Amino acid sequence: MRQASSLLRGAACALGLCLGGATVSAAPTVEVLHWMTSGGQAKAMKSLKDDMESQGGKWIDTPVGGGSSEEALTKLRARVLGGDAPSSVQLKGPLIQEWGALGVLQPIDDVAAAGKWEQALPKSVAATMKYKGQWVAAPVNVHRLDWMYANPAVLKKVGITMPATWEQFDTAAAKLKAAGITPLAHGGQAWQDASLWEVIVISVGGPAFHQKALVELDPKALGGETMQKVFDRMRKLRGYVDPNFSGRDWNLATSMIMNGTAGFQIMGDWVKGDMSAAGKQAGKDYVCANPPGTDNAFLFIVDSFAMFKSKDADRLAGQKLFARLLMEPRFQENFNLAKGSIPVRTDMKLDKFDSCALAASDHMAKTVKSGGFAPSAIHDMAVPMAVKGAMTDVVTKHFNSDMSSAEAARRLADAVKLARE
Amino acid sequence: MAPTAAVTLVFVYGFIAWTVYMSFTGSRMMPVYELIGFDAYTRLWQMERWGVSIRNLLIFGGLFMVLNLALGLLLAVLLDQRIRFEGTLRAIFLYPMALSFIVTGTVWKWMLNPGLGLERSVHLLGWTGFKFDWIINPDYAIYTIVIAGVWQTSGLIMAMFLAALRGVDQDVVKAAYMDGASMPQIYWGIIIPSIRPAFFSAIVVLAHLAVKSFDLVIAMTNGGPGYATDLPSIFMYAMSFQRNNIAVGSATAVMMLCTVMAIVVPYLYSELRPGRRHE
Repeated sequence: MRQASSLLRGAACALGLCLGGATVSAAPTVEVLHWMTSGGQAKAMKSLKDDMESQGGKWIDTPVGGGSSEEALTKLRARVLGGDAPSSVQLKGPLIQEWGALGVLQPIDDVAAAGKWEQALPKSVAATMKYKGQWVAAPVNVHRLDWMYANPAVLKKVGITMPATWEQFDTAAAKLKAAGITPLAHGGQAWQDASLWEVIVISVGGPAFHQKALVELDPKALGGETMQKVFDRMRKLRGYVDPNFSGRDWNLATSMIMNGTAGFQIMGDWVKGDMSAAGKQAGKDYVCANPPGTDNAFLFIVDSFAMFKSKDADRLAGQKLFARLLMEPRFQENFNLAKGSIPVRTDMKLDKFDSCALAASDHMAKTVKSGGFAPSAIHDMAVPMAVKGAMTDVVTKHFNSDMSSAEAARRLADAVKLARE
Repeated sequence: MAPTAAVTLVFVYGFIAWTVYMSFTGSRMMPVYELIGFDAYTRLWQMERWGVSIRNLLIFGGLFMVLNLALGLLLAVLLDQRIRFEGTLRAIFLYPMALSFIVTGTVWKWMLNPGLGLERSVHLLGWTGFKFDWIINPDYAIYTIVIAGVWQTSGLIMAMFLAALRGVDQDVVKAAYMDGASMPQIYWGIIIPSIRPAFFSAIVVLAHLAVKSFDLVIAMTNGGPGYATDLPSIFMYAMSFQRNNIAVGSATAVMMLCTVMAIVVPYLYSELRPGRRHE
């Protein structure tokens, strides 16, 4: 019955009778599957829902708790297999392409054209939103992975400044250690080890090496000498971490910076979201800077929503409204203020953002030009999940054992090869 | 066919068959139905991390079963001595079973964390040389999982043994006593051999708990440090749901099934052979 009536509605719309509105058709409906359930994120999603409803739309919320993508993606698989895909799903990077290849994504070229998305977005971001040249997803933010944070009070206490090179970092770490402060706040979870490692890859090897090794997965780059140097640096950093770091969450590491028991943290800008949630101010209570060697690099992570096909006319209309609202400056501002990231649109005013966000925005513009604007492999922007998993395994094994750098590089090349085959 | 049989056939054996089928395909993110042979298995056995999970399963499963049986039997025998407050003690021993593995894991994680729990408390008491940091040591972390697992399950095993002990024919015990056998002799020679079926149930319960153990590790160490406490179940979850590799995940599941079968089938065979009990 429901299907028949929606078919009728579809036919009526096709004949141009949609204007009848309330009597013929219900409201444009969108069902959003996402895992933005923590405080600030949930608030941002709520503002989007309000926008949607003020325009006469209907919002079906399908949140998946826990803040991680796994359960959500499992749910998505089940829904798609059952022929009942949600209209829009929080997805990013190569996953959009993988779903696109299954032929279940809904092109929204008309929305993108009307909103001039092509002009508003960096080229490399726009490319990941398209499948075979058609827009199938809308981006909401840009996270930067390679950030380094410190507590200025701690730096002052031991008489150091933000290090610009790894040699300076080593000196600073020695001073911090002597003062009984943990030099590097780090959480010992596999993904955190891998995130740190990716920052070191782009820092030691530069953006071109990062591209070759972690995006193109060149076996020579993965197992080569530069990669050994990367692991040498990782081994050094391991010495700066407190013995008790195993299994620690990233936000606990962040609180070590805030309460002054640790010197530096190297982690993505979600740290900033947590700092501001704790009432800390950028520049005063904490400082952020490029980690050594990353003046020319920007490891980006773009969160986005992919659109899934539906036969229901209301849902298609809802999807388009939703996509349009996602890219509107109003939502981009609200959302990114809450999340610590920056808007993905390059044509926006950033009056309300803090100094770290402004620095990130400038840095993004600079690196987009210079070619240092690189997709993060560890955060699902560049390689399939199997490859990322293989890299993570080797890196975390190296970090948590006394494996030599040569052995780690060799294993890395082997594991990536095995995951790709 | 009875409805239960039909349901079992579909939802147990049907899914097992589907998983086995999947393990011979090249499925990645979504199931594909084209058979490509043993590829997933060769891939699986080439992975270093799989080796670690197998080794961990042997250590964890072996110790978990042996310690649980020993401790459960000891507690049951001690409780069986007509002591006072038996009901209260029984409740206390059985209580951990009322908690979920997630709760147990989280609590033990905190207790074993050198910066928060046991080690720190002992340091605060003044013994600063004390060291117990197994949970953050890749070589010993798996043993902390054994400790928490045994703490959780030994009460249940005790209850199973206690019930069996109470079913032992008291006349035989009295007769042995009259003949001058000591209590340990009576237990060792008469009572324990007569509760063989309880061992059977306990081993079956423990074996499958060990192989499918997942939440305890997730809560305690999340497989870490690195992947030092990885078990096949966690490996399977990672492959199937985090790494979009359904074929390898299914192959892992099949390997796990084979492990359980390898333990349980011979045992079932030896225990349930007709006439065995009346020899």
